[in-house]
Amino acid sequence: MEVLIGITGKDFVLLTADTTSARSIVIMKQEEDKTRELNKHNLLLTIGEAGDAVQFAEYIQRNIKLYEIRNGVPLSTKAVAAYTRREMADSLRSRNAYQVNILIGGVDPKTGTPELYWSDYLAASQKMPFATQGYASYFVMSTMDRYWRPDLSLAEARALLQKCFDELKKRFIGNLPSFLIKVVDKEGIRTID
Amino acid sequence: MSIMQYNGGCLVGMKGKNCVAIASDRRFGVQALGLSTNFQRMFSVSNRLYYGLAGLGTDVQTLSEKFRMSVNMYKLKEERDIAPTTFASLVSSTLYERRFGPYFSEPVIVGLEKDDTPFICATDLIGCINFAKDFVVTGTSSEQLYGMCEALWEPDLEPEDLFETISQAMLNAVDRDALSGWGAVVHVITPTQVITRTLKGRMD
Repeated sequence: MEVLIGITGKDFVLLTADTTSARSIVIMKQEEDKTRELNKHNLLLTIGEAGDAVQFAEYIQRNIKLYEIRNGVPLSTKAVAAYTRREMADSLRSRNAYQVNILIGGVDPKTGTPELYWSDYLAASQKMPFATQGYASYFVMSTMDRYWRPDLSLAEARALLQKCFDELKKRFIGNLPSFLIKVVDKEGIRTID
Repeated sequence: MSIMQYNGGCLVGMKGKNCVAIASDRRFGVQALGLSTNFQRMFSVSNRLYYGLAGLGTDVQTLSEKFRMSVNMYKLKEERDIAPTTFASLVSSTLYERRFGPYFSEPVIVGLEKDDTPFICATDLIGCINFAKDFVVTGTSSEQLYGMCEALWEPDLEPEDLFETISQAMLNAVDRDALSGWGAVVHVITPTQVITRTLKGRMD
């Protein structure tokens, strides 16, 4: 019942994850952060198998940080996405595969050009202008097909995201009362309402 | 549902007069949900050799990365471009290495040999090569493509005519398959150049 949504705008990526942490019929926590900052301009969101989501996210986070320490330069979003896909693909046919669906959002630090990568637990990766993971896909992709344009401003993207939330509230049986919304742009990563 | 039909997509390759063509659709989805309209299924080995991979998206990407590395190593060691027949054998053995835990992807290879003779072939997911004389098809709409190609193909088509033929075969075949379509790309390879065109097709 977890949901991730990502929207690219003019010079930013708007990423959101629901904050519900639940097992079976019980909601354990309502303030879960399903994101991990990979470096100043790249954010990874993960949902999936209990444990795998966090373990995989932190494993990637630490290796991206290690690259930066070793080489003195941060990785681009494309490189981060390729590395993450490779790790997931290698784990896929091993004894214990990560069952994690992810979104990676980032901007080019110099130009601010946004990039958003979608990857499912089978490690098929695709760069997309807007993307979702989870049951939300069935409801929200169509909404974004209708209203997304290239060069959205932050306010417009936030309004589009609100349309997505309203759609889920109205038509999705799962109760998702709160979302954590983050923006990645040239300045870095910050949380917004 | 079969794992080969999880993401969808298809490819076709055709022989012409001193030219070859390869076409793919652009859909990437998860079963019934379509997600992307620009999934790359075709890759170039050189300006005379192209291949495409249909089937499970992750294996398409993993195999393209594996082949890129193998071909780069070949080029470094041999100091020349890889020949189409050699590349076909490379693909076949890479796939057969995983005989009992295969990659869920079926490739189509098209290219021009050293003396400009057209070459096409396809393999199944465990590397059995089909050296066709006319056309090769693969993917979720392979049966539709077989029908279209059989009806439209004739030997010794010039590059422009081959383009029209392969395009119509692709566009009409994918319109009868829910998991294929959402755009198409065609490469026509001649001894002098490669012409790449994006087709305008039904986006439903």
